[in-house]
Amino acid sequence: MLDITGKRSLFLIISEIIILIGIIALVVFGLKPGIEFSSGSLLTLGFEQEVEQSDLKAELVNLGYDNVIIQRTGAGDFFIRTQELTAAERLDLEEALGARFGALSEREFYSVSSMVAAETVSNAVIAVAVAAVGILLYITWAFRRMPKPFHYGVCAIIALVHDVVLVTGIFAILGAIMGWEINLMFITGVLAVIGYSINNTVVVFDRIRENLRRGVHPDFEMVVNNSLVETLSRSLNTSLTTLFVVLALLLFVGASIQNFALVMLIGIIVGTYSSLFVAPTLLIVWERGEWGNLIPLRRTKTEEA
Amino acid sequence: MVRRNTIVFFIIVAIFAFAVCALVYPLFDREEMRLGLDLQGGIHMVYQADFTDVEPGTEGEAIDGAIAVIERRINILGVTEPLIQKQGGDRIIVELPGVGEAEKAKNLIGETTLLEFREREVDEEGNVTWVPATATIDGKEKILTSGYFKENTYVGQGSLGQIMLYFEWNEEGSQISGEVTGRLIGQPLAIFLSGEPLLGDDEQPIAPIVRSQITDRGQIEGLSLGEATELSQLLNAGRIPVPLNPIYEQTVSPILGADFIDMSLMAGLIGIILVMLFMIVYYRLPGVLASLALIFYGAVLLAVFKLIPVTLTLAGIGGFVLSIGMAVDANVLIFERMKEEFATGRTLGAAIEAGFNRAWMAIRDSNVTTIIVCLILIWLGSSIVESAPVTGFAVTLLIGVLVSMFSAIIVTRTLLRLFVGTSLAKKTWLFSAHREKK
Repeated sequence: MLDITGKRSLFLIISEIIILIGIIALVVFGLKPGIEFSSGSLLTLGFEQEVEQSDLKAELVNLGYDNVIIQRTGAGDFFIRTQELTAAERLDLEEALGARFGALSEREFYSVSSMVAAETVSNAVIAVAVAAVGILLYITWAFRRMPKPFHYGVCAIIALVHDVVLVTGIFAILGAIMGWEINLMFITGVLAVIGYSINNTVVVFDRIRENLRRGVHPDFEMVVNNSLVETLSRSLNTSLTTLFVVLALLLFVGASIQNFALVMLIGIIVGTYSSLFVAPTLLIVWERGEWGNLIPLRRTKTEEA
Repeated sequence: MVRRNTIVFFIIVAIFAFAVCALVYPLFDREEMRLGLDLQGGIHMVYQADFTDVEPGTEGEAIDGAIAVIERRINILGVTEPLIQKQGGDRIIVELPGVGEAEKAKNLIGETTLLEFREREVDEEGNVTWVPATATIDGKEKILTSGYFKENTYVGQGSLGQIMLYFEWNEEGSQISGEVTGRLIGQPLAIFLSGEPLLGDDEQPIAPIVRSQITDRGQIEGLSLGEATELSQLLNAGRIPVPLNPIYEQTVSPILGADFIDMSLMAGLIGIILVMLFMIVYYRLPGVLASLALIFYGAVLLAVFKLIPVTLTLAGIGGFVLSIGMAVDANVLIFERMKEEFATGRTLGAAIEAGFNRAWMAIRDSNVTTIIVCLILIWLGSSIVESAPVTGFAVTLLIGVLVSMFSAIIVTRTLLRLFVGTSLAKKTWLFSAHREKK
C-alpha cells in the first residue's frame, strides 16, 4: 500500500516553505484593494474611434485626474479608475473626453464611498473568521465520539488557513506584477475555497473516523494512511470535475469573474493538497507530539512504526 | 423493493418533466428568469440619509417619507420593476433595471425639487443679490418655498395661451406668502430651484413683479410645457424630507449584461459536458447514470431558480457552474465506495447498497460544512452595501448543494437499483469494478 503518512515531514515542510513565501509576499507587496475596499469610481467607456491609451491618460491628467489608472479591456473598452466622482464630475469628465476623442458610450459606472468601503472590509474579515469558527465547532461536534474531537477541528482549520494564506499570497504577487486588484468576488472565492477545502478534509477525516471505529489497525498512523489511500481516488476525481468547470468559467466568462475563477483554480489545487497531506498528517504529528519534526534543521529520523 | 423503485423512478421522471415545463413555459406567472442588474443592465444606487436637520425621534418617519416620494417620482417615468428598499435605519437602496429611463429617474431622485422664492437685495455698490424671501410667523423666521404648496399643482394655459403652472398655498404658506407679497408689492420675486434661478423658455430667470398681496393661490409663467409638466409632477410627488447622499452607485449597460449571459451559458455547458465525459470514462455505467442525474440536477436547479424566483447575477451563475462540478462529488464518493465493497466480495446489489450507506456520513458532513459557508456568505451579503455578488453566489450554491444531495443520492440510487435486476448487471466491466486479488 502507498505510504503517504511516512513522508509527512516532507509534505509539511513543503507546506511550510510555501506558506512562508505567501506570508513574505503578503508583507512585502500587500494586496491591492479594488474600489469596493478602498473607495473610488470605476468608469468603463467605449469609444467609437480608435483611442490610444497614452492619449487618454494624458487627457485625464490634463483634466486634473493625476492618480487615474487606465486599463484596456479585451473588447477595446477602457476601465478608468479615479477617486470618487460626483454625478456632476462624472458628466463633466465624459463630456470633456467626448469633446477630445469623439463619440463614446458608458458601459459601466461604479462608485463606492469610503464609508461603504470600510464597512465592506470589516464585514468580509468577520465573515472569514466566523466561517472558520463555525467549521471548527461543526467538525468538533461531528467527531465528538472520537478520542480527541478537538484535534480534528483544529487540524482542519490549520489546513484552511494554509489554503487562504497561499491564495492571498499568490494574489499579492499577481498584484505586484500585473496590477491585479482584489474585489468582493475575490472574498467570495476565498470563502468558496474554504468550503471546498474543508469538504475534502472532512471526507478524509470521515474515513479515519470509520476505520478507527472498526479497529482496522492498532497503529494510528496506519489507520490514517489507509484512510488516505482509500479516499485518494475520490479526492482526486472530485477535484478534477471541479477543476473542469472552473477552467470553463475562467476561459469563457473572462474578466468580470476572473478574480473568482482564479482563486478557485488555485484554491482547488492547494485545498486538495492540504486535505490530503496537511490536515491528516498533522493529526499524526499531534497524536505523537512530534512538533520538533516541523522544524527542518532539527529534523531527526523518528520512523518508529 | 422493485415496485418501490419503479414508483420512485416515476416520481423522479415527473419532477424532471415538471422542471423542464417550468423552464420552457411560463408557469405560475413566471415567464423569464429574474436577472440581476449586472446581467440585464440598470442602475443600483444606495443613499445615506443625513439626519442632522431632522428632529430626533422622527428619523424613521423621515426615511419612510423619502421612500414614498422616491416611489412616486419613479412611477412618473414608468420604469419597469423598480426596487426601492430601506436598509438598516438610515439607507435607501434603489434598483432600476434598464438604462435610458433609469438614468433620468436617478436624476429625479437626487433632485431636492424645492422651489425657493427670493427677493432682490442691492448693496451700496449696486451689486444685485437674491436672498430668500422670509416672513416671521409666531416668532420664527420662515422661508417662502414650495414646501408650503398643496400637492395639487397643475399646468394650464393663461388667457393669452401662455403656459402656466398653478399652485395653491397651504395654511402656513398663505400666511408667509401674505406677509412676503404684502411687503414686496411692485418688486420682483425670483424663483430658485436647487440654488439656481429657475429659467423660463427664453432662458431668462423667472422673476415676476408682485402686483398684489397673494394669500391663497398663484401661478408661475414662462416655463415650456415640458418643464412645467415635469415640475408640477415632481411638486405633487412631494418633497424628500431628509437629504440623501449617494454612497454607492453601479450602472451597467444592457449590452455588457447580454455578453455575460452568453459566455456563462457557454461555460456551464462546456463544464457539464467535461464532467459527464469524465464520469462516463472513469465509472462507465454508473457514470452514465450519474450524468443523467446531473442533467436532472441542472434542470431542477434552474427551475427552482426560476420559480422561487432567485435573482440571477453573474456571481450566481458562477456559483451554479461551480456547483455542477461539486454536484457529482456525492456520486464519486458513492461509486468509489461501491468499488471497494465489490472488491471485498459482495454481490453487485449488496455493494451498491453498502456504497450508498457508507458514503452517507461523508456526504452529510462535507455538505454541512459547505452549507455553513453559504449561510455565512448570505449574512455577509446582507450586511454590506454591495450585496449582489456575495448573496447571488451563496444562494445559488446553497440551493445547488441541497438539490445535488437529492439528485446524487435518490436519483442515482434508483437508477442503479433498476439496473441491478437486468442482464446488464452481469457485465461487471460496465461497472469498472474488480474483485480484490487475494
